[in-house]
Amino acid sequence: MSSPVIGISFGNTSSSIAYINPKNDVDVIANPDGERSIPSVLSYVGEDEYHGGQAFQQLVRNPKNTIINFRDFIGLPFDKCDVSKCENGAPVVDIDGKAGFVIARGEGKEERITVDEVVSRHLNRLKLAAEDYIGQTISQTILTVPTDFTTEQKDALAQAASKIGLKIVQFINEPSASLLAHVEQFPTEKDANVVVADFGGVRSDAAVIAIRNGVFTILATAHDNKLGGDNLDAELIEYFAKDFESKNKANPRKNARSMAKLRANAIITKKTLSNATSATISIDSLADGFDYHASINRMRYELTANKVFAQFSNFIDSVITKAGLDPLDINAVLLAGGVSFTPKLSTNLEYTLPESVEILGPNNKNASSNPNELSASGAALQARLVADYDTDELKEALQPVIVNTLHLQKDIGLVDATGAFVPVLSKETYYPVQKKLLLKKVSGDFLIGVYEGDSHIEERTIEPETKDEKAADGEDSESEWSDDELEIVRERKYTLGTKLMELGVKGVKNGLEIVFNINKEGVLRVTARDLKTSQVVKGEL
Amino acid sequence: MISLPPLTSDITVSVNSSAKLTEAIRRPIEPVGKHFMHHAQRTLRNHTWSEFEKLEAEKNVKTVDDSNVDPDELLFDQELADETLLSHDPRDWKTADLYAAMGLSQVRFKATENQIIKAHRKQVVKYHPDKQSAAGVGLEQDGFFKIIQKAFETLTDSNKRAQYDSCDFVADVAPPKKGTKYDFFEAWAPVFASEARFSKKTPVPELGDLTTEKKDVEAFYSFWHRFDSWRTFEFLDEDVPDDSSNRDHKRYIERKNKAARDKKKTADNARLVKLVERAMNEDPRIKLFKEEEKKEKERKKWEREAGARAEAEAKAKAEAEAKAKAEADAVANASAKADKKKAKEAAKAAKKKNKRAIRNAPKEADYFGDADKAAAIDEQVGLIVDSLDDDQLVTVADKIKAGQAKEGLQEIAVVLKDAGKLPASLLPYFI
Ligand SMILES: Nc1ncnc2c1ncn2[C@@H]1O[C@H](COP(=O)(O)OP(=O)(O)OP(=O)(O)O)[C@@H](O)[C@H]1O
Ligand SMILES: [Mg+2]
Repeated sequence: MSSPVIGISFGNTSSSIAYINPKNDVDVIANPDGERSIPSVLSYVGEDEYHGGQAFQQLVRNPKNTIINFRDFIGLPFDKCDVSKCENGAPVVDIDGKAGFVIARGEGKEERITVDEVVSRHLNRLKLAAEDYIGQTISQTILTVPTDFTTEQKDALAQAASKIGLKIVQFINEPSASLLAHVEQFPTEKDANVVVADFGGVRSDAAVIAIRNGVFTILATAHDNKLGGDNLDAELIEYFAKDFESKNKANPRKNARSMAKLRANAIITKKTLSNATSATISIDSLADGFDYHASINRMRYELTANKVFAQFSNFIDSVITKAGLDPLDINAVLLAGGVSFTPKLSTNLEYTLPESVEILGPNNKNASSNPNELSASGAALQARLVADYDTDELKEALQPVIVNTLHLQKDIGLVDATGAFVPVLSKETYYPVQKKLLLKKVSGDFLIGVYEGDSHIEERTIEPETKDEKAADGEDSESEWSDDELEIVRERKYTLGTKLMELGVKGVKNGLEIVFNINKEGVLRVTARDLKTSQVVKGEL
Repeated sequence: MISLPPLTSDITVSVNSSAKLTEAIRRPIEPVGKHFMHHAQRTLRNHTWSEFEKLEAEKNVKTVDDSNVDPDELLFDQELADETLLSHDPRDWKTADLYAAMGLSQVRFKATENQIIKAHRKQVVKYHPDKQSAAGVGLEQDGFFKIIQKAFETLTDSNKRAQYDSCDFVADVAPPKKGTKYDFFEAWAPVFASEARFSKKTPVPELGDLTTEKKDVEAFYSFWHRFDSWRTFEFLDEDVPDDSSNRDHKRYIERKNKAARDKKKTADNARLVKLVERAMNEDPRIKLFKEEEKKEKERKKWEREAGARAEAEAKAKAEAEAKAKAEADAVANASAKADKKKAKEAAKAAKKKNKRAIRNAPKEADYFGDADKAAAIDEQVGLIVDSLDDDQLVTVADKIKAGQAKEGLQEIAVVLKDAGKLPASLLPYFI
């Protein structure tokens, strides 16, 4: 049996590997330490190299030789690298115009490692973990990348991978991978606009994706390189530092090691608070020889980090605006990335977005309970798919003529019996495309009116109660009641736009099939077929 | 489902040929997922939709055929899991991994009888000495075939299989390494699942997760505390010589084996006890329950002390009320005092004013036409003013205000004289 193609999601903070197991399920692979979310960290102690969680733990004792947050540096010139991201680990230096690290390898020896080499070593560790788990050698992978990764960055990634015998069969966008994993688990036939919001450790990314007939189109993306789980950690750290200071009159902020200890524990506390409503923190000898023990409940945490949570919500609003859409046009927000475990994220969104927007977070039974595994799972699904294609076939399929397609800018649909417009092919549908409507069991003569639809947002105010009702209550004691909140209801309303064609069908006995078809050239063809007699009426524009 | 309007005029097809679709935008679609792949194929091959549907339909049939493979087959090893088995000495078959020899290295104790038979058939076909020599493979593989046969024999005899499974340490799942970071449930569930295979009692309760109820968690640990294991260690026995020549030696070996078995069994039980103990100590739910219990106790205590607390509260309330009253009284007193003082001051001011009015009255009235006697008049009025009581002051002042200064002063001079307050000799002008 040929070795499977695996899916890798490589983040600044953590990485995941997944593959489709022989039972045909997505399997997120644990490394030998049992980690499914493997910290993207390498650490060196003399000759020895540590990876993942073991390396992450070195951040307290051995930060100068512990490399963190390096993913975004790949393929970038040194001056474009945000070196502040590595403040708490091995510092970034300029090696031949690229980002790199100078690592002590024992006995006064120094190793200068470019980011390309760091990425190679990291990918190699992931590859080894996968081989260990699957029991076969692995040579091919699908890798997810942020939507703003440049061609140079992807080339550099491909090279770093090929150095360790790993071929990247295809790069796919992180949000598309996550959405793919979601719709695989929770399939839907319906067209939808989904915001995929990925809240990672040091960055946040969002994409508005139109799903039309199962195909994804990205309508807009947003990136914030200063927003992520680290911001939440910072709020918690400050909260604990203040508390510690007031209890012991000692300042833990003055000492890098104290801060590292506090950071490591704050991260655990943060994660605990995603599952439990309170957590304890306990650090031996945090600063000036004082131990620190405290507990914090979820509400306090949410208050403390309130500002950051607001930023997360605003970030989602901003990408919707960027796509030129109204929140009402969004069907769902899919939460991805590690921070999405935080319950407050979902509850805030439920509050800030219209009720019609489904929040697909870990607590929604219609969504994965592991938002941080979505993109790796999507990569694995794509890996299974392309495993059936040979290299040339895949290359052909990825050609610009195939990928860059035309997208409708207005809905096309039918007039129903009440005279209202019903969309069939919605705005942003790519073509060539075909869509069938089945009207089971209808009989008679029908008019099929095909129109473009116009739409607008309608706002109505609903007064909570009318005056009369109140008077009827008998208690008119408080006449000031009327400045009650007025409820504003917003709705997207359709009206008939340009008339495209009309078809008349007569004597339908038992059902009608209507097929909408737009070919490559943009010719719209609507076909109505009597299901009993197979008689066809066809119009072409 | 949409309901269409009825046909009212006689049209079959009427295309609005002047209409144009709103300008479309070209943008990339995401090259992921099967729907994209279908799109790519259709476009590449220039298939019409119906052609494509036909092709897909054929493909679907094929995939259904493909998946017709026996699900058991998927569980079998594709290749020999351990190549060294090929050169393993068949006389030492007991030290070989029998499941691996059968191609069941991933299934192990979970293998059903049926799967063992199927797996065996597969191995026989592949490793039968006839087949092998035909393929020109050396004789040593004869040995491996013998191991397969031994494995089959062992695994299809329930008694022997129990003995073998007892000593199949490969299937054991080690508890998570102490000091490493792990998720309790992820790390421990497989450990208990593997230990569960030795339970005499079934079903074995599962570890569950954070949401498992307290009574189930307790049932879980009480099950494991009282775990009744059928694990035995016969399989590791030293072979008992079967020649009957040396009975003593045979008995000696048998005794030695029994002792070794017992020792291993004791050790294994102890190992399990420790393992369960450790899991319980690490179990976040137990910690949670303890905390809850503590809270509950505190709450109970709080309730128990409710009576005493109510009394104390009542007392405190009474005290507070008394204090509030005292404070209010003090405030009232103070303000009353202030009021009085104010009234007094007002009265004083009024008096002063009246006195001044009286003193000035003669001058205002041009000394009643006797300006030459001004000094005497002023002196006498001064004497009058000083002798007036409060009421008289008011009366005289009122009179003066009414413009009858002289009359007023004359009247009061008489009154004062009559009262003996001033002798008439001092007030010659008015009397
Ligand atoms: N259970 C949890 N609750 C809250 N936060 C969590 C949880 N698990 C992980 N995180 C946080 O999520 C962040 C990491 O998310 P993720 O693994 O998606 O990042 P990444 O993709 O590697 O990083 P980036 O997107 O910045 O490149 C960290 O801040 C981590 O602390
Ligand atoms: Mg990320």
